Amino acid sequence: MYDTGKILGGLAIFVVLITAPAWYALATGHRGAPPKLELPAGADGKHCIESSSFMRAEHMQLLDDWRDSAVRGLDRDYLAADGETYRINLSDTRQSGACFRCHSHPAQFCDKCHAYLGVEPYCWDCHQRPGEK
Amino acid sequence: MERRSFLKWAGLGALGTAAAPLATAIQKSAPHVQPAAGELKAKRWAMVIDTRKCLKERGCTKCIEACDQGHNVPYLFPGRRLPLLSNPKHEVKWDWKEPFDHVFPELSGPFLEPAKKEEPTLVMCNHCDDPPCVRVCPTQATFKRADGIVMQDLHRCIGCRYCMVACPFGSRSFNWEDPRQYFAPWTPGEPEANPDFPTRTKGVVEKCTFCAERLDVGEMPLCVEACAKVFAPLGTSPAMTFGDRDDPKSPVAQILRTANVVRRKPELGTSPNVFYIL
Repeated sequence: MYDTGKILGGLAIFVVLITAPAWYALATGHRGAPPKLELPAGADGKHCIESSSFMRAEHMQLLDDWRDSAVRGLDRDYLAADGETYRINLSDTRQSGACFRCHSHPAQFCDKCHAYLGVEPYCWDCHQRPGEK
Repeated sequence: MERRSFLKWAGLGALGTAAAPLATAIQKSAPHVQPAAGELKAKRWAMVIDTRKCLKERGCTKCIEACDQGHNVPYLFPGRRLPLLSNPKHEVKWDWKEPFDHVFPELSGPFLEPAKKEEPTLVMCNHCDDPPCVRVCPTQATFKRADGIVMQDLHRCIGCRYCMVACPFGSRSFNWEDPRQYFAPWTPGEPEANPDFPTRTKGVVEKCTFCAERLDVGEMPLCVEACAKVFAPLGTSPAMTFGDRDDPKSPVAQILRTANVVRRKPELGTSPNVFYIL
């Protein structure tokens, strides 16, 4: 084989670089534990307007659908899987479906996962969060 | 197995595998949203503004204040209360007052009394039947709802300002600056941003929506409510009347049948749905 040293050296550097995050985590103790969320007072931890597993996976799609139906479709009531009806809204806490009606501390809930996953939703550029300007 | 029966069973099996995705598709297409209980419905929303009544309450800006506070429209121009803008052209307007000869140039003319010419007249988006702003919008961010409201989906607005060029009434405003800077920090005693309604962001166009978000949950527009409060103690009907133009029983339709109403720039053929009694 020609250039054995260069190739093996290059491969070694490649392996070190590609596994660097793992080494870094081991060295600093940042194991990337999933964030601990502060659930709304009185919540059972299992049930939002839909089940927790659904909300965890689909809340962005749900919000997208809500946006289209409320802004473009004139439909402002959401029929949940369990038959409950919620008034579609994000921040107007007088409306039954408003996220902030329960999640009054988005910094302790929304932001934690978003930060963990490196997601930066721009909802808050316009929609106001409770207790924040 | 016979070739014939094999094919039969294979066909049945294929049908079976198709059933599951079909069921999911049907389940997904089931309606998960519906109009809100108690929503106000109309074929064509319209507004009548009786400027004679506005004149009786000279200087009244209750409608504008209610709108601006409810919708987080920054108070940006002289005569308003919150911090002044570096450039008055950056003003954001949903409903506002404009000198009479700007609103109705064809009715003004050289012989009209100067005081009358300068008389501030309430204007807002006309929610035209044939809105030029909708026609030019490249992203369909602005669109016409089934009930006639010219609505904006600000999530889609790319800030190209075609609509502002197209609108013959100047009813659209561009956010040249971040509007939030005018909501904080607050001067003591000044109204705060309404947390229930979104602010806008720099770089989008906005305008009056006939309070679509309120109509859809059964409430009348903010300006109409504010106007009714002004006129209730006086014992007369308010200057602003709002309702379904196409419902003969609605107060708006009744006024349109009996009074001499004018619309702004009818010659342009946009067919505004804000009517004036002068």
